[in-house]
Amino acid sequence: MTEQSIYGEDHIKEEEKQYNTLNLGPTHPATHGVFQNVLQMDGEIIMSAEPTIGYIHRAFEKLAEHRPFYQVTPITDRLNYCSAPINNMGWHMTVEKLLQVETPKRVDYMRIIVMELSRIADHLICNSVLGVDAGALTGFTYVFQWRERIYDIFEQMCGARLTTNIGRIGGFERDFSPKVIEMIRAFLKEFPAHFNEFEGLLLRNRIFMDRIIGVGPISAERALSYSFTGHNLRAAGVDYDVRVMNPYSSYQDFDFIIPVGTSGDTFDRFCVRQEEIRQSLKIITQALDNLPEGKFVADCPEFYLPPKKDVYNSMEALIWHFKIVMGEVDLPSGEVYHSVEGGNGEVGYYLISDGGRTPYRLHFRRPCFIYYQAYPEMISGQMLSDAILTMSSMNVIAGELDA
Amino acid sequence: MAISSEQILEKLSAVYGENILAHSEPFGMLKIEYKAEIHEELVRTLRDDETLKFRFLTDLCAVHYPDDKGREIAVVCHLHSLENNFRLRLECRISESKPEIASLTTLFAGANWMERETYDFFGINFTGHPDLRRILNVDHMDFFPMLKQYPLEDSSREDKDDRFFGR
Repeated sequence: MTEQSIYGEDHIKEEEKQYNTLNLGPTHPATHGVFQNVLQMDGEIIMSAEPTIGYIHRAFEKLAEHRPFYQVTPITDRLNYCSAPINNMGWHMTVEKLLQVETPKRVDYMRIIVMELSRIADHLICNSVLGVDAGALTGFTYVFQWRERIYDIFEQMCGARLTTNIGRIGGFERDFSPKVIEMIRAFLKEFPAHFNEFEGLLLRNRIFMDRIIGVGPISAERALSYSFTGHNLRAAGVDYDVRVMNPYSSYQDFDFIIPVGTSGDTFDRFCVRQEEIRQSLKIITQALDNLPEGKFVADCPEFYLPPKKDVYNSMEALIWHFKIVMGEVDLPSGEVYHSVEGGNGEVGYYLISDGGRTPYRLHFRRPCFIYYQAYPEMISGQMLSDAILTMSSMNVIAGELDA
Repeated sequence: MAISSEQILEKLSAVYGENILAHSEPFGMLKIEYKAEIHEELVRTLRDDETLKFRFLTDLCAVHYPDDKGREIAVVCHLHSLENNFRLRLECRISESKPEIASLTTLFAGANWMERETYDFFGINFTGHPDLRRILNVDHMDFFPMLKQYPLEDSSREDKDDRFFGR
């Protein structure tokens, strides 16, 4: 039997084909952020894509060169704003590495609680919005209230919700209040039931499954070549997680597994994140149960801004406050790279200090900037509607992409 | 199987000898400085070596040292050998007057945008890069903003005096 074109005999030859150009974005409602892609379309099939980024570039690296170390923290908030606390903590740990400050165990555990909570919030958004993009709006409404609960916990801890600026170099600005502990306990108790319901709504949904299985795949080899990290790399089958490979903040004390996928498609990415949420809950439970007694801040008065109450009442605190704010403290010079497992991959900080008041150079390794370049390769040959799902399943955050 | 810094240095100096300029270990990460001419070749050796296996390009960026005459711009790569769990920092210097270095895009697909970003902010010409255009800044920008000579704010402003507050 000979193959016959559906267009019949007069079907145009490959080299004479003309493709339609489709401008997807920059402000398309389905792209959740400012992403532009110029697509070459053959009917519904994407032949090639050309992403344009930088619409919300805010010159963070240049800004950071002009700010004292503790004022860089709010900049890190605005990278991946879905999991801002992880970025804050990563930055604090980078500076602590430079200053060679040892944090008490309690600080490490508190940090882990905050980081894992924000990882849950990050993954919840990504997975529920993936459902929305596929037309399954209900799941989103089930879990979004739980993201709100996490933000309530952050608000109780530090007064802010989205761009948290939580913690300080050396530890935290204040200890967890009993109310915070109570809220986290309540969250751990009540959330899993709703979460399972959410998962059932999507993973027992034939339409959703048909839409995401086999969509936007990437092989482990290509993913490594593209320097993928985080859940996108793990979905492709590589068990690389910074928390395990280079444990920071006492992650080695905890018992958790790293879920991996096999095909690196949208379905695997979804499942890896679902499992990571469960593991995060496990980590938070362990951290809360074993929360060590002690101080919530490292002993480094020359870098840690003292509490306002002390500044007004104790001479020593006033002196340190003045010295830190006026930049009278001698900082060590050197270069340091530190990375943490962020909401969507390895968030790295390459900090060069020349002993001055501000970083000499600070480079952020922004995971989604690096893996978003694989997007054209992942969607070519796929349908237009698959491109939308692929993008939302990759957890590309515009703030982090454009720095 | 773990590898050590000595092992890496030994292998590299056996192949490149004089071209390896210095090595140090600031804050627990091995840093190797070498001549810019061997940039691509050295990374290829590290990637393809059967025991070292530096097959993951974590990061690529540049740093501007305007006072270091003749070698003002540093190109810094962070490589990661996932199998050995070993991180490595590579640095080579090029001059501001002729900022040219070989591209790593043939070795790592992910180097593409990292190099475009570095070009965008430092004006480094990565030879062999398939698509060296600006990526985050506007196309018609005629300077490279991360170079130290460009101030963050309008330097003619008088209402903000930072003399007493560092730079």
